[in-house]
Amino acid sequence: MGSTGSKERAAVIGVGQTKYSSTRGDVSMAGLVREAAYRALEMAGRSWDDIDAVVIGKAPDFFEGVMMPEIYLAEALGCVGKPILRVHTAGSVGGSTALVATSLVQAGIHGTVLTLGFEKQSESNAMWALSLPSPFTTSINAGAGGYFSPIIRRYMEVTQAPELIGAMVALKDRQHALRNPYAHVQDPDLTFDKVVESPMLWDPIRFSETCPSSDGACALVLTNEAGGDAHDGPVAWVHGTAMRSEANNYGGRNVVSPQASEDCAADVFAQAGITNPRKEIDAVEMYVPFSWYEPMWLESLGFAEKGEGWKMVESGATHMDGGDLPVNCSGGVLSSNPIGASGMIRFAEAALQVMGEAGEHQVDGARRSFGHAYGGGAQYYAMWVVGADKP
Amino acid sequence: MRDVAVIASAQRQERSIDNESEVEFMVPLMQQVKESVGLTQQDIGFTCSGSSDFIAGQAFSFVMTIDGTGPVPPISESHVEMDGAWALYEAWVKLQMGEVDTALIYGYSKSSPGSLRDVLATQMDPYYVAPLWPDAFAIEALAARQMLEAGKVDHQRLAEIASRARTHAATNPHAVRRTEKSVEDIMGEAPMADPLRPSDISAAADGGCVVILAAGDRARELSDRPAWIRGIDHRTDAHTLGVRDLTQSMSARIAGEKAGVGDDKVDFAELYAPFTTSEYVLTEALGLGDDVVINPSGGALGAHTMMASGLIRIAEAAERISRGDGDRAVAHAGSGPVLQQNLVCVLEGE
Repeated sequence: MGSTGSKERAAVIGVGQTKYSSTRGDVSMAGLVREAAYRALEMAGRSWDDIDAVVIGKAPDFFEGVMMPEIYLAEALGCVGKPILRVHTAGSVGGSTALVATSLVQAGIHGTVLTLGFEKQSESNAMWALSLPSPFTTSINAGAGGYFSPIIRRYMEVTQAPELIGAMVALKDRQHALRNPYAHVQDPDLTFDKVVESPMLWDPIRFSETCPSSDGACALVLTNEAGGDAHDGPVAWVHGTAMRSEANNYGGRNVVSPQASEDCAADVFAQAGITNPRKEIDAVEMYVPFSWYEPMWLESLGFAEKGEGWKMVESGATHMDGGDLPVNCSGGVLSSNPIGASGMIRFAEAALQVMGEAGEHQVDGARRSFGHAYGGGAQYYAMWVVGADKP
Repeated sequence: MRDVAVIASAQRQERSIDNESEVEFMVPLMQQVKESVGLTQQDIGFTCSGSSDFIAGQAFSFVMTIDGTGPVPPISESHVEMDGAWALYEAWVKLQMGEVDTALIYGYSKSSPGSLRDVLATQMDPYYVAPLWPDAFAIEALAARQMLEAGKVDHQRLAEIASRARTHAATNPHAVRRTEKSVEDIMGEAPMADPLRPSDISAAADGGCVVILAAGDRARELSDRPAWIRGIDHRTDAHTLGVRDLTQSMSARIAGEKAGVGDDKVDFAELYAPFTTSEYVLTEALGLGDDVVINPSGGALGAHTMMASGLIRIAEAAERISRGDGDRAVAHAGSGPVLQQNLVCVLEGE
C-alpha cells in the first residue's frame, strides 16, 4: 500500500439529458432516469455492463415524496450487485454528485462510473415541501426568491447597477434556450419589454427573471485516463474540481459574494492552471436561478472585477452572439430547473462545449469550459473546469 | 490503496432526545471528538455527513446541522442522504486521492417524533408498493417467514440472537435496551409482526455518531493504535422484493468478498442488523463462523439510530481495535427494505 495516494485523470465520454418540462407525465421516475442514462451510455458507446458504480443526486426527497428514491431505482439504474451512492448537498447537488463520481475515478477505485441527477417535481409540490413546519424555526413561506431578493438588492446598492440588468440576463438566457432542444422554457416571442412588464414576484425579481419548476434528468459517463485515451469519440478531460461549504449565517458574512464561492473558484482555477478566467475560459455554465445572480457570480468567481459584473452583462459580453465570455449557452437554470439535476446540467453542458457536441448552442472552438453550482443559502458550492486537451 | 484509519469517534443514543434539535445534540459530539485528537475544524481536510430529510420532517434539514461543524472559514464538505457509513466511504475515497490527510464524518437522526416503521414505508416503489403502506416490520416479517419455512432458522435460533444481543447491550452505556432476557422469556413474547417478536426488532433511538479518519503517518501521530481500514466496499440488491431471495443477501456477500472479510481470521463483527433475522442473513453472507463474536456492543437490537447505526458499527469496531480488544474486525452498515444495500468494512490493528 502506498502512503501518499495518487490521483488518476478523469474524463467525460458520455452526456445524456431528457427533455425538461413542467410535467413529464409520460414516464415514471424510473423511466425518467433511464432516458438520461441510456443517452449518456449511447454517446459513450458503453453498456450497463461497463459501468462499475452509480452515483446519483437529487434535491429534497419531499419533492417527489419518496424517501431515498435511489433504493427504489436500483434496477432502473442497472446497479443490482453494484455500488450506488446518493448525494444531497442542496441546490449544488447535481455538481457535487458529478464530483463524487469523478473522485471515484480519480482515486482509482472504479474505471467507469455513471452519475445522474434528477428531479420530478410534478410528483409532489415543491412549495409544500419547502414549507413544512419545523420546530425551533419560523418559515418565511416565500420560497427561494424571497430569500435571495434582499441579497440582490444589496448587490445593486453596492455596485450601483442599473435596475434592468437582471432583465437583460433573463432575455439572453431565454434566447439561448431557443437553441437547446432540451430546454424547458421556449418562448420565441419574448422581448426585453415583456420581461420588464412581467409580474414582480420578489422585488427586484420579476416572473421572467426566475427559474421554472421542471421534471428532468441528466447523466454523465466518466472514465479513467485509459478509458478516455481509448475512447473513439469526443472527450472532456477534467482539469479541476472543487467543493466548499460555509455556515448560513455568521457575523461579517458577505452574502453577495460568500467566501466559500471565492475559495472554491480560486481552488478550481489553480488546479486547472488558470490565472485569467475571463481570457482562458471559452464557455461558462453557471447556476443562475434568478437573473441577477449572473453579474453577482461573474464577480465572485473572478470573471469580472468587483463592481464590474453588471457592466459585462450590459456590454453583451456574456451573450452567445458576439460576447467574449458566453454564459449559459444552454439557457441555464432560468430556462430549465429540475433542481436535483440543475447542477449536473451545468457540468454536462460545460463538457458538451469542449467535446464540440453542444449543437446549435455550441461556442466555436471551445477548448476549456467551466461548470458551476450553488445551493442552500448560497453556502454550498461545486465547480469544475473541463478541457478538450488532456491536462 | 492508501492506508486510512479510524482514529477517534463519539456517539450519543437515547430513546428520545427531547428539547434539543439535531444540531444542538451534534455540536457537543463534534467538539468532543475533535478535542480528543487535538484538531480544530480548520485542521480537517474533508467533512462528510449522512442524514435523512424524511426522518427530520424537513427539506434541506442537513443545512442546519452543518453549522455545528463551525464551517467558518469555509470547508471542503459533502453530504449523502444515506447512513453515515456511506459518508465515511465518500471521505475514504477523498483520502485515497492523497490531497487531504484527515476527514470528519457524522451521521444522525431523531426518529422519535414520528413512527419510524411507517416512515420507512415511503422507501418502497412509489407507484406499486408504497400506496399499500407496508411498514418496515411487516416487510421483514415476510423475509422471516420465508427463512422459517425454508428451515434456515428456527425460533430458538432467533431468540438466542436476541438474548445474546441484550446481554451485550447491557454492558454498553450507549444502548437503550439494556435489560437482559433469557431465550425462554423471549420465546414466550407475543409476536409483534408475526413471526417477529418484540425482542427480534431493533430498539429505536435518537442520536448520532462522529468519526475522524486519518491517513498514513498522520493517523499514527494522532492515535496510539489506529484502526486501519483494510477493505471497504458497498453493493445493492434489487429493490423489488419478489425478485430477491429474501433468505440471503447477495449484496452483502459481494461487499464482504471485495472488502476481504475472508482473507484472515475475524475476531469480532459489528453488524447493522435491525432484526434478528438480518443478523442471521449477514453472518451467512459474510461467512462469519461461531468463533466470531457478533455485535459486542449489542448492535441495533440494543440501540438503533437511523442514519447513524451503520457508522456506529464502524465506530464501535474501531474503538475495540484501538483498545486492543481484538486485531481484526468486520463492521457493516445496511439500508433499505430487508437490507437491500450493504456496506462492509474490515478494520485491523497494526
